[in-house]
Amino acid sequence: MSATPVSAMSLGLAGCEVCGLVSRLPVGGVVTHCPRCGERLHLRRPASIERTWALVIAALILYVPANLLPVLSTYTPLGSDTATIMEGVVELWSPSSWPLAIIVFVASITIPLGKLIALAYLLISVQRGSVKSTEQRVRLYRMVKFIGRWSMLDVFVDTFVVALIQLRPLMWVEPGAGVIFFAGVVVLTMVAVNCFDPRLIWDLPQQEKQGNA
Amino acid sequence: MIRSASAFDSRLRACPDCDLLQRLPPVPAGGVAQCARCQAPLWRHKPDSLRRTLALALAGAILWLIANTVPMLGLSVAGREAFTTVFGGVLAMWRDGRQEVAMLVLFTAVIAPALEIVCLLAVVLALRRPSAPHWVGMLLRGYELVREWSMIEIMLLGVLVALIKIAELATVIPGLALFVLGALVFLLAAMAAAFDTHLAWARIEWADERPLPGERSTACVPEARR
Ligand SMILES: [Zn+2]
Ligand SMILES: [Zn+2]
Repeated sequence: MSATPVSAMSLGLAGCEVCGLVSRLPVGGVVTHCPRCGERLHLRRPASIERTWALVIAALILYVPANLLPVLSTYTPLGSDTATIMEGVVELWSPSSWPLAIIVFVASITIPLGKLIALAYLLISVQRGSVKSTEQRVRLYRMVKFIGRWSMLDVFVDTFVVALIQLRPLMWVEPGAGVIFFAGVVVLTMVAVNCFDPRLIWDLPQQEKQGNA
Repeated sequence: MIRSASAFDSRLRACPDCDLLQRLPPVPAGGVAQCARCQAPLWRHKPDSLRRTLALALAGAILWLIANTVPMLGLSVAGREAFTTVFGGVLAMWRDGRQEVAMLVLFTAVIAPALEIVCLLAVVLALRRPSAPHWVGMLLRGYELVREWSMIEIMLLGVLVALIKIAELATVIPGLALFVLGALVFLLAAMAAAFDTHLAWARIEWADERPLPGERSTACVPEARR
């Protein structure tokens, strides 16, 4: 007979998120620190669902101006021209550089939006106490954590285009307001992923199993 | 002194992704112990971790210095030439009134990689002693925190896209820093892959010497997968 899986929390134990040491938490909710590394110990990340939702919603709000406002403005003696992230992708689309256009499109538009949808799905499924597809959901979480940082790509593209095209008065480029909102989306979604506690995915199914036994 | 494991079972692990309580099996060098339920890696046992990490971190420190001092990209149009370094990109954003973005680029492309290298370098140097002082643990914690924000590989791809965009308007001259940064991406990945966090924590002095309530019997806890 295989032993039923036991979570550390059900035994009053907490695994340190920094060094991995398993300690017993005293009863009564006293603030406890890991005896080895000094990190504060929690059974679960504090207010994980509320904080993650707040960051997801804030990122979603910033996502709108990030895509509607220009990220680059080009000035020439003949006038000026602005480009949003999507217009930048279209500009990059040519017989020789279309693979890069696809990479920028995926990193700047698909990944941030996909990340927000994935986090919302994880949050809703945890709040509903879903017992299904726990392994797929934790895999989705790991993927979001792994791929999410690549949405910084467009911030770097804009930075170096601005740094190089400084040929006043012939031609120069300035960053638009969109780049601030876009950087905000990247940072907020990365923090949101770290606020979400993947252990919540497994909590309810296990309690039910124990209740049934 | 490292406290005896009487009150704590150092092989006991709660999976960070699913909280399953399990015991780490003996893992051969080069092997991985995975969570029995969700397959999260619990311990990657790295062979010869300290010496290899030290060598890679030293090389990384040198490459970081070169990469941030020599020009990265040049532009030549109508007889005029302009060069920029990574820091030049930060300055351009700052000057054009996007200070928040400038600081984000400075942190992710310059400061975070430097902290990553310096923290790990100090950790492996201090760990050469049989029992490392507690502040080594703080550096190790800093290293883990900063790693996610160290984005040289993403910056390089960004530079490549910027280069293609500009190539239509002017002649682009790749600088030495571009190649050094490319090498640094591989060095940082190798450095992280060579370092064994589990073994490092086992050699660091504990923060708190107060005895905690002893463990109840956890003998029935399953072993993690190998
Ligand atoms: Zn700890
Ligand atoms: Zn697990």
